[in-house]
Amino acid sequence: MSEHKSHAGKHHGFAHPASIKSLLLVFFTLIILTWLTVFQSTLKLGSMELVVSLVIATIKASLVILFFMHMIHDKPLNAIVFLSSFIFVALFLGFTLMDAHSYKDTYEFKNVDSPPKVAAATE
Amino acid sequence: MSAVITQPTHSHYESNEADNFLISSKGVLSWALTLDHKRIGLMYLVGVMSAFFLAGILALVLRTELMTPDQWFLTTQQYNQVFTLHGAIMVFLFIIPSVPAALGNFLVPVMLGAKDVAFPRLNLGSFYLWVSGAIFFLSAMLYTGLDTGWTFYTPYSTQTRGPVVAATMGVFVLGFSSIFTGLNFIVTINTMRPPGMSWFKMPLFLWATYATSIIQVLATPVLGITVLLLAAERVFHIGIFDPQFNGDPVVFQHFFWFYSHPAVYIMILPGMGIISELMSVHCHKSIFGYRFIAYSSIAIALFGFLVWGHHMFTSGMAEVTTIVFSALTFTVSIPSAIKVFNWLATMYKGTVQLNTPMCYALSFIFLFTIGGLTGLWLGALSTDRHLHDTYFVVAHFHYVMVGGTLVGFLGGIFHWWPKMTGKMFNDFWGIVSCWFVFVGFNLTFLPQFVMGSRGMPRRYARYLPEFQEMHQMSTVGAYLLGLGLFIALGVLFHSLRRGKKAPPNPWGAATLEWQCASPPPYYNFETPPTVNDPYDYTPLVYRDAERGWEYVQPVTASKHVSHS
Amino acid sequence: MTSHDSHDAGHGNGEHAHMPFQAHHFDDPEQQFDAGKLGIWLFLVTEVLFFSGMFCAYALYRSLHPEVFTFASQYLNEMLGAFNTGVLLFSSLSMAWGVRCAQLRQRTGLVVCLAITLGCAAMFLGVKAIEYTHKWELGLLPAGEYVSQFLQTSHHEGLSVWLYILSAVPALCVVGFGGWYVLSVVQGNKLKAEVAGPLMVTALCYFLGVFVGIVFQNAEAASHAQHAASAHASDSHAEHADAGHADAGGEQTSEQVATAKLVSHVEPNSAPGSPTLAAVDQAGGAGVFFSIYYCMTGVHAVHILGGMVVLAWLLVRATKDHFNEEYFGPVDYVGLYWHLVDLIWIYLFPLLYLIK
Repeated sequence: MSEHKSHAGKHHGFAHPASIKSLLLVFFTLIILTWLTVFQSTLKLGSMELVVSLVIATIKASLVILFFMHMIHDKPLNAIVFLSSFIFVALFLGFTLMDAHSYKDTYEFKNVDSPPKVAAATE
Repeated sequence: MSAVITQPTHSHYESNEADNFLISSKGVLSWALTLDHKRIGLMYLVGVMSAFFLAGILALVLRTELMTPDQWFLTTQQYNQVFTLHGAIMVFLFIIPSVPAALGNFLVPVMLGAKDVAFPRLNLGSFYLWVSGAIFFLSAMLYTGLDTGWTFYTPYSTQTRGPVVAATMGVFVLGFSSIFTGLNFIVTINTMRPPGMSWFKMPLFLWATYATSIIQVLATPVLGITVLLLAAERVFHIGIFDPQFNGDPVVFQHFFWFYSHPAVYIMILPGMGIISELMSVHCHKSIFGYRFIAYSSIAIALFGFLVWGHHMFTSGMAEVTTIVFSALTFTVSIPSAIKVFNWLATMYKGTVQLNTPMCYALSFIFLFTIGGLTGLWLGALSTDRHLHDTYFVVAHFHYVMVGGTLVGFLGGIFHWWPKMTGKMFNDFWGIVSCWFVFVGFNLTFLPQFVMGSRGMPRRYARYLPEFQEMHQMSTVGAYLLGLGLFIALGVLFHSLRRGKKAPPNPWGAATLEWQCASPPPYYNFETPPTVNDPYDYTPLVYRDAERGWEYVQPVTASKHVSHS
Repeated sequence: MTSHDSHDAGHGNGEHAHMPFQAHHFDDPEQQFDAGKLGIWLFLVTEVLFFSGMFCAYALYRSLHPEVFTFASQYLNEMLGAFNTGVLLFSSLSMAWGVRCAQLRQRTGLVVCLAITLGCAAMFLGVKAIEYTHKWELGLLPAGEYVSQFLQTSHHEGLSVWLYILSAVPALCVVGFGGWYVLSVVQGNKLKAEVAGPLMVTALCYFLGVFVGIVFQNAEAASHAQHAASAHASDSHAEHADAGHADAGGEQTSEQVATAKLVSHVEPNSAPGSPTLAAVDQAGGAGVFFSIYYCMTGVHAVHILGGMVVLAWLLVRATKDHFNEEYFGPVDYVGLYWHLVDLIWIYLFPLLYLIK
């Protein structure tokens, strides 16, 4: 049961048990990054705030994917499959946002009566 | 459960009739709980054909109403409900699951020389998801009558009294059935190819199925969240799509078409895969441009994600977006054209056998080409302004969906019918059915192109008297088409009772599914079959009607690749 | 799982001593594992695209109406969000550790790891229950039901009645699993006790989460009350009147104070042409933010619930010692799913809670 023979392969076949050290290291990094993202929100970063918090979130996500989800030891095909989903997400968001921003001049931000008992037809 | 999957005790499947998957175990439960992909495929076949029958009757009801410009027997509201039912059933219950779920389930593992799909229980699960989704969807729509069209556009769908929430939940469930089928096929094709079958030794039907599955996995979840948000919009008024709360209906259309345009390729790609098989086998000639056909399937799947905006040119999209989407739309025509040219080139100097599957395949090419070319008018911004929401659009997508997918599906059913049931059908009446379908179809939809370009709007229950003649032609054509389909059904049923026993390889095809008995034994292959070029017909020789085609020499892994 | 067993047994070739769970249509355990692995990755792809719809809605409305998001995000308690992030990260750690245990055939370790993961999931839901019910009580609801203009709803003291309703199921679980646990201990059935015990603890963890939620909620209220007391001494009355805020009495909720602060903060700075606070704080403004908030976190919570069901299934199998170095696929697949759920929360937390 010692973790040192984990990559020997003899006993584990195709399994690649992660070492406890790496798991704990990743976990504490994630916690520190969480603290960091909470902390940065108290700073007045203005429009940079979204970028910074997304960068931190992406670092955290990468750590989870690489180590907790063992992508680092996984077959390249699986990595390609998973990461390609983000291309399609980008496509979806990209086109939709591009379109909505192009016609937004014609689009009016209404003040809906509140409390809104608008005559929306019920089921 | 164990009764279902008890291993048939046998050593030599060829000689043992009782191993036939149709009768290897008996009883309703042995079908209802089966994990055998072939039985699941057949159950899907029965399911989708019932849905098709229902929606086809509805189509005839619509066409009959349109015999006269004014009301005959349907009120406008009833007309809306009937065309919604027709469209929604055809799309969600028939076309999307038709080829992948029914034929694909039967064929994918056998073509791979595998025993089953990668996840047999997931496969059965997705069948039951389909059944429950279908029941839910149908009962919801029949209960109060959905009248939104199959597209559920907001804001009408958030206001109508129709059962939008229940219907969208049905769509949600059906979507997951589709996702799991696609997932299963991707994994099966990736991990269970037999030794010797490299990617480029796969039958083209598998390439098409693979491409379809990619779309199913990537696009269908977006439909899932779209209908979920739509249901939330109706129940809680979340204000994402509803303009009453600063929501944006155009965003709904983006969400919807991000799925539903790729879904068009879910519908047509497997049909193209069938045609690739049929053309080669029934011309008895190696497929022309194997790699190009294979790549073009993948290309269609990927380009399909870039063009959804062409459904929305006139619905308030920004000008720049319409231009981008219009330009991208034309890229899809390239891989489609590659396929058509390669099929035609395959026929050149081939031994063309005009039997039933081949007649359907030829009809497919003719009709799909018209459907595809008329798409160019709709993809071009300027002409689309004129043609959008007219009968031109209706005719265009029926040429692709019916003339393409349905005709291809029928061709595929006739082609693999001997393999599925072990019975040969009457070829003469098969060809007759094909003629009726072909003529009836063209008579139905060619006039609609003309009407559409002259300004007849789609989804209207009443029309101007000047269109009456063409509407009547169209209605007569629809009845001919229906008659043709009934003849086809009759031919198939007749073969079940009176058909001659089918040899393992009646057509002289070289793909693996023809190497096992007809119908295949429960296990498909006791030992993995020898893989050779799926389109090399030289080692095959015709014995007689009883034995069909056989390999003259013991098959060795072929070194020689005739294509590429 | 019975179907799996009979399925394999039925084919007769799954009876090798070391591989009782190999399905008949796979050649070897590795092929089976690879197939499952690709399958779960593909499933995660569908999950990513499923959530992408809501991220798209989020990106759209945030980019079009940033002021709505800045305003409405103030009502979310970021301490609770951060706490929940930590809980989920810890559950991810224990899940990854559990996969390791399965691969090394450490039966007890796996059971413990799965139990911790389940407990964290329940605690997450407990905190979420506090957050949700508190907002429902304040009328912070999706657009169609949004009640606004600075929370003049009848906010009564104590816990929301919704919380009691939501907690009924976990309470039943505590009683049920507790009874089962006691019964199996009395009967001396160790296997069952190993399942019932962790499940009972899981249900209890929900209440731990609720407790933590209340503590954080009260702590924030207290800190705001201090602020309010000092603000009252100065000129907050004028601002309240400006915003059409009638109630400036002593009994303010933390949210009211937060709003008051925001009003004073936003109003002078607002550029000409940008929507007024009244336009932001309405069904079609902040209401849409809460729609998106509920959709995203709600669908995420449903995924947590689904994950708990499969984790419980794994727990049962783990006690039966089904997993080893050749057959650990199910643990690995569920782990991947669980990490994805964590991954989505990693994005949801800053995107919803930390907008300033």
